[in-house]
Amino acid sequence: MRSSKPILLVEDDNVDAMTVRRALKDLNVPNGIVHQLDGEDALEYLRSSDNKRPCVILLDLNMPRMNGIDFLKIIKNDDELKKIPVIVLTTSKDERDKMESFEFSVAGYIIKSTDYKKFVEALKTLNLYWTLSELPYPGA
Amino acid sequence: MRDCRPILLLEDDTVDAMTVKRALKDLNVLNQLVRVTNGEEALVYLKDDSKEKPCVILLDLNMPKMNGIEFLKVAKADEKLKRIPAIVLTTSKDDQDRLKTFQLSIAGFVVKPVDYVKFVEAMRIVNLYWTLSELPNSEQESTNEKLQANTAGGR
Repeated sequence: MRSSKPILLVEDDNVDAMTVRRALKDLNVPNGIVHQLDGEDALEYLRSSDNKRPCVILLDLNMPRMNGIDFLKIIKNDDELKKIPVIVLTTSKDERDKMESFEFSVAGYIIKSTDYKKFVEALKTLNLYWTLSELPYPGA
Repeated sequence: MRDCRPILLLEDDTVDAMTVKRALKDLNVLNQLVRVTNGEEALVYLKDDSKEKPCVILLDLNMPKMNGIEFLKVAKADEKLKRIPAIVLTTSKDDQDRLKTFQLSIAGFVVKPVDYVKFVEAMRIVNLYWTLSELPNSEQESTNEKLQANTAGGR
């Protein structure tokens, strides 16, 4: 990523979260990963001023308590948090999920490959793009 | 890009627009490039139902009549247009430009390298990412519009 700020991963499945961690490690992405289990936990993290702002948010859609779309509704109406690029990372190929996410101006919608090699390739492209692109909060 | 819809480019400088066109051609990107010279022209194009909606928008910031930020304010308040990913492509390294455009939920902010080879590499990454990522269907009714239609029907 272009900044050294952490990546916020919102994912209820611990195995999936470990796969993301492993892929980013295999790609030598140095950013720390902050893992939250659902939208509510993620909001709590983002709203506490003690925590570092993430450079980007990787968001699963199907989660208990507060799902990805409900989370987007809240942060995209928050003047401070709406700046952070949100990339959906999901297994959902549902047209409605895709459309609702883009209505909240997500900065990417990636359907997770079940094949690990392909998944690493996808995260490699994601990392390349967000290293090329500027980010709202520069620096460390 | 992931689909074959056109790419809309907002760029007032003809030489810069030609460079984008050339880079996409060198990368064998098959999407048609529709170029307009400012935000106002872009809105006319986007609101014309006879024109195919673009898969993504590449926009410069400093343009006459309606600049990039003014254009984003209008596009991001429109139910249909707000879905189309907008990527800023500029020479501006201004902090305010970056903050204001991210506040309008852009899907990338690429500072154009002056060197052509580096510029092609940047465009290669943009194309790679938007081939990996799904893209919205901009012709479909928005979920809000559907909701309103349903409520109206129920009365």
